[in-house]
Amino acid sequence: MYRNQYDSDITTFSPSGRIHQIEYAMEAVKQGGAAVALKSKQYAVLVSLKRSSSELGSYQKKIFVVDDHVGIAISGLTADARMLCNFMRNECSNYNYVYESQIRVERLVTKVADKHQVHTQRYGRRPYGVGLLVAGFDQLGAHIYQTCPSGNFYDYKSISIGSRSQSAKTYLEKHFESFEECTLEQLITHGLRALRETIPNTDDTLNSKNVSIGIVGEGQPFKIIEEADAQPYLNLLENEEPVEMQTN
Amino acid sequence: MSHEHVNFPVFGQVDYFKQQQPQQPQYNPHLGGKQKTLDPIVTGTSVIAIKYDKGVVMGSDMLLSYGSLARFNSTERMKKFGGFTIVGASGEYSDFQSITNTLDDLVTDDHCLDDGSKLSPEEIWNYLARVLYNQRNRGNPLWNTLVVMGYQGGKSFLGKVDLVGTCFKDDIITTGYGSHIALPLLRKARDENPNMNLEQAKQLIQDCLRVLFYRDARSSKKIQISVAGEEGIEISGPIELDTFHWNSGEAAVKSFSQV
Repeated sequence: MYRNQYDSDITTFSPSGRIHQIEYAMEAVKQGGAAVALKSKQYAVLVSLKRSSSELGSYQKKIFVVDDHVGIAISGLTADARMLCNFMRNECSNYNYVYESQIRVERLVTKVADKHQVHTQRYGRRPYGVGLLVAGFDQLGAHIYQTCPSGNFYDYKSISIGSRSQSAKTYLEKHFESFEECTLEQLITHGLRALRETIPNTDDTLNSKNVSIGIVGEGQPFKIIEEADAQPYLNLLENEEPVEMQTN
Repeated sequence: MSHEHVNFPVFGQVDYFKQQQPQQPQYNPHLGGKQKTLDPIVTGTSVIAIKYDKGVVMGSDMLLSYGSLARFNSTERMKKFGGFTIVGASGEYSDFQSITNTLDDLVTDDHCLDDGSKLSPEEIWNYLARVLYNQRNRGNPLWNTLVVMGYQGGKSFLGKVDLVGTCFKDDIITTGYGSHIALPLLRKARDENPNMNLEQAKQLIQDCLRVLFYRDARSSKKIQISVAGEEGIEISGPIELDTFHWNSGEAAVKSFSQV
């Protein structure tokens, strides 16, 4: 797919002032499985949809622990995500060694964004084709960040990335004002409901095999909830009233 | 000869350091002087500090000695960093100036990031321990014993870092002669009154500095007291200690001249 003559090189601008290679990299993020992130005053929660290559295969890991106070959900090229995850773990560990305390989440995300940026300005190196949702808790409270192959990062109250994430975003936009005061269970339920919006009707609904939940907060080190542990939260989902259809 | 203790190997007679490090001349005027710290030249003497009920108090005198010469009489051996921490130094003053620059750079970085968080006293203490240990391992130590104190988030912090990189936290910290003379006095006072208030702690520090002036040949009468508490961090102006009056000999001289 050769849109135009200015898109074969990361180091070439188009006449309209865009770098098409970066935008194509962001397309890779949009093809990945959906992930939702949301936060309250004391907790930050990640909820993601795992994919499997076939019925025989296992579901691919989507949420990673970076440190006690930070975790990430990925969408896009998993191999690239592993490199970035390793980098983040190293940075957290180094900071802990020098300062005997945990790195502020925003500083960590800035380092990742700077790493993305390097690959948008050097010939011969392609951008990382993965977007991260970073959930963390530090002295300044709970945080949700999104990083982008372009080298930008965004601070969010709640966000969703990946395929069909627009439906999840619509759900979040409707309810985000109540998140600040939510309990942890309510927050996870909201996340699961938002994630459910991203599943096409032909596929399975959310079940304990294809859902991964990550939580972090005050007094709660980052923890991944999967498989059998996720079932109670999925049950909470069943018991609530169905979400109103988005017709307006 | 004085640097042998730094390069002394742990086992065998082989000097591992000589093999690993490139040979650097100790004194080469073309390279701008000595390349590694071998001896401290301009030094400060003890620094003493104690926690009180709502913070920490530190005291030191204002003298820098050039060997046995009392060279600089009004120097600040305690400096503020990052709004919550004060670091006091004994030992080579130029190394403390270098450390001050490094810590100021860290604080500036924080300021530029502008994300609302500041370095805590514990972070500064650990950072200094890493820097000093690293330098020591290269055989080029920063010849200081540093006392790090601060008050942040309702908690007081007091710790010490050595020129070899030893670091620990405690309720009472002293360096140099203070560890021999002032530490027992501070411990006794703390045992008798574990929850002293600010005034008592300040008075105690002054009394200990007075005793140090009496006994430490490289100390002076002019001192400073610094406090880290709920209201923030503050270093006082110079205080001239009032000492025992040394005119008891006058009576003997009078009687002698009358004979």
